Amino acid sequence: MAETVDARGLLCPEPVLLTKKTIEKDLNGTVKVLVDNNAAKENVTRLAKNMGWNVDVTSQGNEYLLTLTK
Amino acid sequence: MKSKKFLVAVTGGVLGVLAILLVKLGNPANMGYCIACFLRDISGGMGFHRTDTVQYIRPEIFGLVTGAFLAAFFTKEYKAIGGSGPFARFFLAFIAMVGMLVFLGCPVRAVLRLAGGDLNAGVGILGLIVGVYIGIQFLNKGFSFGKAINQHSVNGYIFPAAAIILMILLISGVSFFFTSKSGPGSMHAPVVVSGAAGLIIGILAQRSRFCMIGGIRDFFLFRDTHLLIGFFSLLIFAFLGNITIGAFKLGFAGQPIAHTDGVWNFLGMVLTGTAATLLGGCPLRQIIAASEGNTDCAITVIGFIAGAAFAHNFGLAASPKGVPMTGQIATVIGLAVVFLIGLLGTYRSSSVVGGVSCGRNG
Repeated sequence: MAETVDARGLLCPEPVLLTKKTIEKDLNGTVKVLVDNNAAKENVTRLAKNMGWNVDVTSQGNEYLLTLTK
Repeated sequence: MKSKKFLVAVTGGVLGVLAILLVKLGNPANMGYCIACFLRDISGGMGFHRTDTVQYIRPEIFGLVTGAFLAAFFTKEYKAIGGSGPFARFFLAFIAMVGMLVFLGCPVRAVLRLAGGDLNAGVGILGLIVGVYIGIQFLNKGFSFGKAINQHSVNGYIFPAAAIILMILLISGVSFFFTSKSGPGSMHAPVVVSGAAGLIIGILAQRSRFCMIGGIRDFFLFRDTHLLIGFFSLLIFAFLGNITIGAFKLGFAGQPIAHTDGVWNFLGMVLTGTAATLLGGCPLRQIIAASEGNTDCAITVIGFIAGAAFAHNFGLAASPKGVPMTGQIATVIGLAVVFLIGLLGTYRSSSVVGGVSCGRNG
């Protein structure tokens, strides 16, 4: 089961911090991150890519589901 | 992602060049662009404080709001949200403004001052870095104001609408605001130029997420240099601009609208850096986010204005002569209060997040 970070309603850097903490301890190789603004989407994507993860973004209305895989 | 980095660099560069241009056209020296100073002048222009040398409704701020609002609106990033610790944000902004007025400038002006050769600003920037580092310790331990929730769109429109109306009033040349006859408040570029300079930066900063605090913070937190590039771009372009117009003067003494009291330049910016890190961004970024519909950030901006009024009404603000004793005491109290908020916010954050989340649907 992939771990999910619900970062909706949070302003940066909080979504990025929560994502970082989760992917640092993740063992499954998949983390899902839910965000609701473009800045958070961009910043989480940048962090994940810098840490060597792949990012797949699907938009759900005003929200984005980022699927990070190692 | 590369294009975003470029956009941040462009924002910093344009901001640096416009700041020099605004000084050339009348703004006070090394104050082509200073969010803290401009909000203080607006506070005075509205009559919230009566220091008659710093009263002027700065059009840059209203241009900034208008530009950021339009950019967010047309890219569908405008969204009315709020409820993430609004009163605590007001209070932190209030305290941060005292720190900025003890130093005499916001993070943007700190860089502009350094770019003009003012080494006191170098001391301030060191303080700012230390402040951000302290703020990060709270963030790393889980500090949070909790989640914001979606609000009715009318909530988000009030802040940009008020700014646009004020902008129109200013351009139409109304004269019922307080306006300084002497001092920094009396020095300003033509209204239309100031407004346009605000508009351009508003659009660029909204698109790039330019943030002075974010640059330092993200470098410490994630070794991410993407926002830090804006910081250096601002420094380099303003420096080159100052060299070009012959305004560069290296040293500590005799710098424009600055004092040489290193301890308080440093501590004022430690206070600013810590508070702004907990707030999630520098004053410029708060204005941009408020224009995007974030009502918590709108309250933060009002907190800055209220803090400026308080600082001037009770003689806390520094002047080129130095920092008054009351300002020194206020800085120390401010630091203690900000640390306390940081600690309490960290300790209680899990329950705060849980509590506010209940208000969300979905």
